[in-house]
Amino acid sequence: MDLSAINPVLLIASLMVAATPLLLAAIGELVVEKAGVLNLGVEGMMIVGAIAGFATAVESGSPFLGFIAAAIAGAALSILFAILTQFAQANQVASGLSLTLFGLGLSALMGQSYVGVKPPRMGDIHIPGLSDLPVIGPILFGHDIILYFGIILTAAVWWMLKYSRIGLVLRAVGENHDAAHALGYKVLKIRLAAIMFGGACAGLGGAYISLIRVPQWTEGMTAGIGWIALALVVFASWKPWRALLGAYLFGGVTVVQLNLQAAGVAIPVEYLAMSPYLITILVLVILSADKSSAPAALGRNFHASR
Amino acid sequence: MSVPLLSLQGLTKAYPGVVANDTVSFDIGEGEVHALLGENGAGKSTLVKMIYGLVKPDSGKMLLRGQPYEPAEPRQARADGIAMVFQHFSLFDALNVAENIALGMENPPEMRDLAARIREVSETYGLPLDPYRTVGDLSAGERQRVEIIRCLLQDPKLLIMDEPTSVLTPQEVEILFKTLQKLQSEGTSILYISHKLEEIRTLCDHATILRLGKNVGECTPSETSARDMAELMVGSSLQTPQRGARDFGEVAMDITGLSVPAPSAFGTALKNVHLTVRKGEILGIGGVAGNGQDELLGVLSGETLTEADAVKLHGQPIGKLGPTARRKLGVLAAPEERLGHAAAPDMSLTENAMLTGSVREGLEKNGFLDWGKTKEFAERIIKAFDVRTPGPGNAARSLSGGNLQKFVIGREVLQDPDVLVVNQPTWGVDAAAAAAIRQSLLDLAAKGAAVICISQDLDELMEISDSFAALNEGRLSAPREAAGLTVDEIGLMMGGAHGMEVAHV
Repeated sequence: MDLSAINPVLLIASLMVAATPLLLAAIGELVVEKAGVLNLGVEGMMIVGAIAGFATAVESGSPFLGFIAAAIAGAALSILFAILTQFAQANQVASGLSLTLFGLGLSALMGQSYVGVKPPRMGDIHIPGLSDLPVIGPILFGHDIILYFGIILTAAVWWMLKYSRIGLVLRAVGENHDAAHALGYKVLKIRLAAIMFGGACAGLGGAYISLIRVPQWTEGMTAGIGWIALALVVFASWKPWRALLGAYLFGGVTVVQLNLQAAGVAIPVEYLAMSPYLITILVLVILSADKSSAPAALGRNFHASR
Repeated sequence: MSVPLLSLQGLTKAYPGVVANDTVSFDIGEGEVHALLGENGAGKSTLVKMIYGLVKPDSGKMLLRGQPYEPAEPRQARADGIAMVFQHFSLFDALNVAENIALGMENPPEMRDLAARIREVSETYGLPLDPYRTVGDLSAGERQRVEIIRCLLQDPKLLIMDEPTSVLTPQEVEILFKTLQKLQSEGTSILYISHKLEEIRTLCDHATILRLGKNVGECTPSETSARDMAELMVGSSLQTPQRGARDFGEVAMDITGLSVPAPSAFGTALKNVHLTVRKGEILGIGGVAGNGQDELLGVLSGETLTEADAVKLHGQPIGKLGPTARRKLGVLAAPEERLGHAAAPDMSLTENAMLTGSVREGLEKNGFLDWGKTKEFAERIIKAFDVRTPGPGNAARSLSGGNLQKFVIGREVLQDPDVLVVNQPTWGVDAAAAAAIRQSLLDLAAKGAAVICISQDLDELMEISDSFAALNEGRLSAPREAAGLTVDEIGLMMGGAHGMEVAHV
């Protein structure tokens, strides 16, 4: 066992990469849940985003186009969920679960000819001077653009929910859809927009795994990140910054346990592999002890004629 | 006469199976307080929803100051100067006062400016409010202030108020009336919906009475007796419950020094509650909603467990017994919320009869259910309490509020309780059904049962109770003999005006 092989700077830099898919998916789902919709299909939308982004990047040669395609694919799949739950009044839990199963199957079908292919690389940004700084350079200024986008998105969602009119209406819809309707807000339209935003974010998160983190395509490669994102939203008490914290914690433990595996620590690999999930949930459970409550209308369908 | 502010001409709206409004016409003048009277289900709510743009009329038209007025959505109604205070508050618990108000405005100013405006307007009209408090923490009276201020900030020409006083203490009602009179003196018209006739007689210039969706008469309330208006509403003469002289027996139920923490973030903690009720006595418990009524019912019914000695039945401690064990001993309860608490909405009446009747009516043997006997029990309730339904196989949800309430109360009364606890027994029930329910409670007490009636309807409590106590922020006042209590005294027992003050005219 050789712990000295672990480089702390590389560790922190790679934990940010490991956290980003989770962060993107969680921020999207956070907005969806704030609007009062529970979409359990995050995993399905992620994996479809992963293959759609991968395929587009391979065919076009542009990873950037791949990410756009992933966002569109995630949003498209989420529209299916929106039609089922918002217009056909189907149960949200059942619809979300079937969306995940559908997404896993669909992605396997789409990805048959892409197994073993190498995608074009998305370059890391390089700011002369800053990126070359020791320690700080690789941690803060040496990543790909999507990683920064995830952090900016977190800040933007936080600002939108807290200070903007759109955010206020969104929270109102998630809190009491009947009252929002009585005030003349278009509950279904707002929820549709939120669901599509969540789908796009999940798609981006999936593509980040297949194009940057891994980068290759294998079936079921999201490996439960979508489920962790769902748990993260709840344990982060629907607060964007806490979701960021939780995502980085998850990313951190993931990277540390991989390094520990590589260093040959005498703990069975299975325990190490489950540790990120376990520790993230534990910490978030403790953090969420202040009982910030869920949006009151979460998971309840709205029908205007009542 | 000059052009009325709003003129309704032949408005008709039908829902499948029921005509909610049938060619309703009337005018509301400038600066007039116009009352809209009617029983539940008379079509008052549908009518105001049409005025507010939430529902589109099937036929008929509306004229606003002589111009055709067809609001497609509430936003448009608000732009035309029509504002509405809802019966069931349209507020968002988790948001603060300023955010709630901003949601009801078309172009809200910056939060800081809005907060200042809220402070200013609320003080001018004697309805002080802190713009940064979370609405979920406010009392019912304060929540109503939020709604009213939301309307006032838009300088409405017509203010619609749907049963505004049902949640207020008498003092708060008085202040509300002063506010409304101030608004009227500034030229605002008010459409005031209520079935409380005395209020309408003091406040309103003109009244329109609806019955089964039709306009059945108009009157000047100050010149018409409450009884005449009531009979117009009901369409027949009204029977007031009769109470006979009764002797009280020994103490049936006894609560001493009971304190229970709030069950949820927006609940109320019970603080040092003392209460005794004797056999044959009806104890009325008043108070504004949200002051511990639900929590008290939970403690009495056994949904909330306490120290064994805190709750006693005939001197025996029962604080640690759950609802089923208490039912066996004769303590029955009918909670307020009909759909979801007192009855399971999607289960049939027979199944609902089983849910609370199984212990006392012997509907269950060795874990097997006796559906035949249960159906008989359900039919007995339907017959004895005149529940209008095709049969006991219908889902509870399909019954109208009044009919389901009769069923829920009847189900407990027929189980022959020693102690019956009811919360809001006639809430949202029309006058005739309410009279029947009150009569059944009086009859039950006459047979020697102890009855605890929690209600926000003071007229009801005065009509049936022998002694009266009030809940205020989880504290129960000392009970007093009901006969001879004045409205002022009751108001003070209920906690006075909750910090409201009279409008600075």
